[in-house]
Amino acid sequence: MSEIKEKEFRVVTNVTVRFAGDSGDGMQLTGSQFSDTTAWIGNDLNTLPDYPAEIRAPAGTIYGVSGFQLSFGSEDVNTPGDLPDVLVAMNPAALRKNLKELKNGGVLIVNSDAFDQKNLKLANFESNPLEDDSLSGYELHQVPISSLTANALEGLPLSPKEVARCKNFFALGLMYWLYDRPLKNTEDWIKDKFKNKPEYVEANTKALQAGHKFGEMTEIFTTRYKVEAAKLPKGIYRNISGNEATALGFLTASVKSGLPLFLGSYPITPASEILQYLSSYKNFGVKTVQAEDEIAGITSAIGAAFAGNLALTTTSGPGLSLKTEAIGLAVMTELPLVIVNVQRGGPSTGLPTKTEQADLLQAMYGRNGEAPVCVLAARTPRDCFYMAVEASRIALKYMTPVILLTDGYLGNGSEPWRIPHVNELPDISVKFRTDPERFYPYLRNDNLARPWAIPGTPGLEHRIGGLEKADVYGTVNYDPENHDRMVKLRTEKVKRIANDIPDLEVDGDEKGDLLVLGWGGTYGSIKDAVNKARKSGLRVSQAHLRYLNPMPKNTGQVLKNFKKILIPEINLGQLAHLIRSEYLIQVEQLNVVRGLPLKVNDILEKINSLLGGGNGK
Amino acid sequence: MANSPEVVTQKYTAKDFTSDQDVRWCPGCGDYSILAQVQRTFPDLIQTNKEKIVWVSGIGCSSRFPYYMNTYGFHGIHGRAAIIATGVKVANPDLSVWVATGDGDLLSIGGNHFIHACRKNVDLKVLLFNNRIYGLTKGQYSPTSEKGKVTKTTPFGSVDYPFNPLSLALGSDATFVARSIDRNPKHMQEMIRRIGQHKGFALLEIFQNCNIFNDGAFELLTEKETKDDHVLVLEHGKPMVFGKNQDKGIKLDGAHPIVVDISNGKYSKDDLWVHDEFSDAPVHAMILAHLDDRPDLPSPIGVFRQVIKETYDEGIKNQIDKIIEKKGKGDLEKVLFGSNTWEVA
Repeated sequence: MSEIKEKEFRVVTNVTVRFAGDSGDGMQLTGSQFSDTTAWIGNDLNTLPDYPAEIRAPAGTIYGVSGFQLSFGSEDVNTPGDLPDVLVAMNPAALRKNLKELKNGGVLIVNSDAFDQKNLKLANFESNPLEDDSLSGYELHQVPISSLTANALEGLPLSPKEVARCKNFFALGLMYWLYDRPLKNTEDWIKDKFKNKPEYVEANTKALQAGHKFGEMTEIFTTRYKVEAAKLPKGIYRNISGNEATALGFLTASVKSGLPLFLGSYPITPASEILQYLSSYKNFGVKTVQAEDEIAGITSAIGAAFAGNLALTTTSGPGLSLKTEAIGLAVMTELPLVIVNVQRGGPSTGLPTKTEQADLLQAMYGRNGEAPVCVLAARTPRDCFYMAVEASRIALKYMTPVILLTDGYLGNGSEPWRIPHVNELPDISVKFRTDPERFYPYLRNDNLARPWAIPGTPGLEHRIGGLEKADVYGTVNYDPENHDRMVKLRTEKVKRIANDIPDLEVDGDEKGDLLVLGWGGTYGSIKDAVNKARKSGLRVSQAHLRYLNPMPKNTGQVLKNFKKILIPEINLGQLAHLIRSEYLIQVEQLNVVRGLPLKVNDILEKINSLLGGGNGK
Repeated sequence: MANSPEVVTQKYTAKDFTSDQDVRWCPGCGDYSILAQVQRTFPDLIQTNKEKIVWVSGIGCSSRFPYYMNTYGFHGIHGRAAIIATGVKVANPDLSVWVATGDGDLLSIGGNHFIHACRKNVDLKVLLFNNRIYGLTKGQYSPTSEKGKVTKTTPFGSVDYPFNPLSLALGSDATFVARSIDRNPKHMQEMIRRIGQHKGFALLEIFQNCNIFNDGAFELLTEKETKDDHVLVLEHGKPMVFGKNQDKGIKLDGAHPIVVDISNGKYSKDDLWVHDEFSDAPVHAMILAHLDDRPDLPSPIGVFRQVIKETYDEGIKNQIDKIIEKKGKGDLEKVLFGSNTWEVA
């Protein structure tokens, strides 16, 4: 313990760390363990797992590098951070790929063992950067992580390959020491994960502890960092990713509605986790059908909706394209159905593991005929929970398909979540139609919703399908006047949902020079940029749409109160297009489509340039 | 399992299964016979709780079928009948789910769903209206049309080989595979009864004449002068005899079926292949399904094969029941406040 006293503690309010290594180096695990422990000791945080689509690209290559960035602090943390303060690079390729992003003077921890001729060549280094002067602008720490791990595990009955696999825990232990975090969470996790392989429990735990001890003993590190707990509202918290929050939201909707949950889905990155999570809740009666294709995913869900389950399908961009026709069927049959699209880079297969606000227009318009659906979008990982409940509520109340948009960043990213109690959440119970008296399949209530009369109910036998329905009676009907009426009724039904959703809130003054309007996963970046701009004296506010169709009733009014509107998006301006055509106003755009979250600084610079200010620094 | 079995004082009649919709198939279409046989058979098959019957279909002439049945019905989109029906059945295994489909709907655009429904043994009763042509799109060749078929899209004859639906079903492990013909109402009624009693994925292929675009496709099997020599009626436990005078039979020579004459004393019924619906080996049913490939052999009708094993919907339900029994019913509060939580005071 005496060494600790010799090392200085520096208190910082916010740190951004990036772990980078080979796809097989366990960087995602290292990052998520660091995040969980960091959340557990009370920091606010936000994460960005960033990995290649290939599962195990050849070792040492640049395209095989997997990264995990997180930002944590004692104050509000809304993004995973623009640029890292600390980079942990497990090999030359990881250094090559990530160094340009590391802040000037940033902390650079490298596994020096990995800097051999072969790896240097694979990473296109002509000379060893650890030996030339090229890294002099950083606080470089060379740690022989591989050999130190091997030393620590000497005598254990493991193959060299198995020993090598433990090195990420050494790196994690070192980072725990550097940022003063306890080992206990990860030790418990290792115990549980490898409960059937005691030798792995011992090896990984030893590697973790060795990394921590190395920090204490070595001369390399003279400074440790302290990040105090954030001042979060009272409550019980957990760290949660968007995909897990989405799954829990639907589980909650199932319990609150009293309906069995049915998920028809086909695995697709980055949405598969929702199917995986829900498959584990069988003791809630959740039925998951891993279908033969995307179309089967949604059409099985439509069948389940007809039969009275809370029906759901989950996918990502290309999968939504395949489900297009079936969504039209759900519109025509007016059945409750939730379609989750965890958006990724497009078009076509695009960037499977990267984020993009790719499909707003597809969600709005991507169907034949006049086929209106309700479209919602979550704005943070924890918001996925509430929007999943909300999507279910609207689908059930209005007998309509609802598309819930999240994205790769929200789905994979995580943040602390103050867990709500079940009784704080809205009741969304439904009543099936059982009375045969004056029953007509398309006789609407005040919300224009038709009755849900499920097979098995005596006396309500009826037929529905994709052909146009006669108003009220629901029989097949080709009459021109009837079609005109039904097209308008279906549209009006979705419009009326606007009466049942919260107003668009403005963060900041209700009037000003600029409103930055966003939707979906860009919320955190916009929030940070707007806060910074405001601190510099600019009259800027933020508004973020979680309801895209219909939009909140006050949206037009909110927009009118600002001289300029800026819409930053990770696409070429899909919301901008909707806002222009709906409200007939000019809007400014910021469009960066890199497969990554928007950088706070990019938005800030745009704000400054629009308001004639400085350069955002 | 019915929740509350109603006391039925009166048996259903065919009329109870007839909806108020006008039937809109072409006059003379084989579909009328299928509808009539279903409506005639259902009162025997369904004694109570007709609200538990659901008919699901895709797109095509056959797929209008649910509109004409006074049961719950869902007219889906092209090719998706089997998988929509899977959703209905899994959501509520208490329902009896029937599918009306055609050769285009089930085997072309819906081929993927078909093989997977067979494989998973979803408890569905599928009536395949096979007329070997696309009717509703007005006369293009279908995946069951014979090679060389001249249609609007194949003016010089089709070059693709057809699917053999029963072989495909058997190869995909369907647990009940049968065939009938629109012009043989008694036989079809019997087959509908059988398919209705089977638990598991059941396919009944019905040779159905499209008198507009493919008239006479099954003429040899339906006309008085020829049918007895071209149709082999399969009966479990009985030797395979056919012919106008019941004078021909099928003998199995290794894996090769051959036709033998049993009237001249050289062969007797004892030499013939005896049909075993419940045969463990799928190969026997597969040989039967391929009799149609050869013009010298008759087309079998009847039940080719029947196997009993756990159905998909049962599997899902049983697994849920077992896990609830083991872990107890899910407690949402416990899941939300799961592990790795911390308190901010």
